[in-house]
Amino acid sequence: MAKRIGMEVSIAASEAVKLADVDLIAAYPITPQTHIVEHLAEVVADGELDAAFVPVESEHSAMSCCIGSSAAGARTFTASSAQGLALMHEILFIAPAMRLPIVMVVANRSLSGPISIWNDHSDIMAEQDIAWIQTFAENGQEVFDLVLHAFRVAEDSKVLLPVIVNLDGFTLSHVIEPIEILDKAEVDKYLPPYKPKVRLDPRKPVSMGLVGIPEIYTEAKKATNEALINSKKVVLKAWKEFGDLFGRYYNPVESYKTEGAEVILITMGSISETAMTAIDKMREKGLPVGLVRFRLWKPFPSTEFKKAIAGAQTLAVVDRALSPGGACGPVAEEIKAALYAERGRPKVFNFIAGLGGRDVTVENFEEIVSKAFTYAKKRPKQLYEMIGVREI
Amino acid sequence: MAKIDAIMGWKELDLGCVIRQPGSSRAFKTGDWRSQRPIVDREKCNKCGLCWIYCPDLAMVPAEEGYYKVNLDYCKGCGICAKECPKDAITMVLEED
Ligand code: SF4
Ligand code: SF4
Repeated sequence: MAKRIGMEVSIAASEAVKLADVDLIAAYPITPQTHIVEHLAEVVADGELDAAFVPVESEHSAMSCCIGSSAAGARTFTASSAQGLALMHEILFIAPAMRLPIVMVVANRSLSGPISIWNDHSDIMAEQDIAWIQTFAENGQEVFDLVLHAFRVAEDSKVLLPVIVNLDGFTLSHVIEPIEILDKAEVDKYLPPYKPKVRLDPRKPVSMGLVGIPEIYTEAKKATNEALINSKKVVLKAWKEFGDLFGRYYNPVESYKTEGAEVILITMGSISETAMTAIDKMREKGLPVGLVRFRLWKPFPSTEFKKAIAGAQTLAVVDRALSPGGACGPVAEEIKAALYAERGRPKVFNFIAGLGGRDVTVENFEEIVSKAFTYAKKRPKQLYEMIGVREI
Repeated sequence: MAKIDAIMGWKELDLGCVIRQPGSSRAFKTGDWRSQRPIVDREKCNKCGLCWIYCPDLAMVPAEEGYYKVNLDYCKGCGICAKECPKDAITMVLEED
């Protein structure tokens, strides 16, 4: 039976990986991901998990090792953050192109410079085009559940793509929360053993990861992109089955008090909990505000998002990363692109907040919403606004 | 110009562009961008086989009586064989000639 216990979220992530009975973990420690791989190294060393733990010399090697492992048909896991994720960059594109169901947890941290170990989404937003499925967790329970969901989706024979589970560094990774940890029998019911469709096997030789000459590259890209777009069906089905088995149902986009909302806040990750508190406070004062947050980020859940914000006149999109020199933050950009062709689309205002570990408070959300109401009447000059930035 | 048959649509590509048939790259004739080709002068050749060893594309192949000849399907005209031949038995000539 599942047990609800107080546990550090990083440990819960690695417990999920252990329960998924992975065959190989290749990782390089980096703050704030460290506790996840440290704990996995421990459970492998203690014989609790029969897996190979490869202590590689860099994240570039970690992802390369994961690709080799997954190509051989092994259930494969890694985790990283910020500079580590950036060092993986070139290899990240190769995993989906080879259709390898690697699972990675990214403990989101701001990219240097200036040097920062603290939380924002700049690391993962620099990896928007890698063709991995990406989810964002709001709390510890979600982290545990989303890791299991990630393996289930990645290895589905209709998907066969790698998955990243994003969790906020420190604000999630290092806090202790009450988390229901499923037992092995329950996990086994949800997650069948990985049966690769094709793998490196000397008895049945194949070549993988080959050159894509100009006559084939475009078709290969199209095939991977279609697989990513179509993976949404399996993402949803796997959440439905998770809910049916364990009672926790998940959606690609979650709505909170959006009924009758004129302004809808859009968030991702752990700040959504603070945002809900802010919504409660503002609703008590009679302000027609609601919240929509993304759990699924890639493939972008366009249909579900449009449904969730239907009826709102104004969206206040909170981005936790800057897109320097660009039109707005990455989340707002995606949303604006998705809504552009819609008739009667809402006004979209973009607020950059919580960079490099700066707290995003209830008061910040109140400020954002109040600005959105003002801007809805009188369009501001700037395309986006950095919240809490000191001008003098 | 040698051309390959890679005209398949994206739906026909195997999962992750995997190739299940070993040695299938032979079907890809890589010699079509050559601007020069090697000519072996058998009067000078001592059959040492260095051209065969040095050719980066396995395009210099053993021929009758211990000589070597070029396989133009794959020769890219790099001239390494001509450079390495100890007997100066290989001359590179322009393709147009
Ligand atoms: S020219 Fe280059 S490719 Fe052609 S046979 Fe000589 S070494 Fe090989
Ligand atoms: S390297 Fe020159 S001498 Fe040696 S086999 Fe080739 S052509 Fe003949």
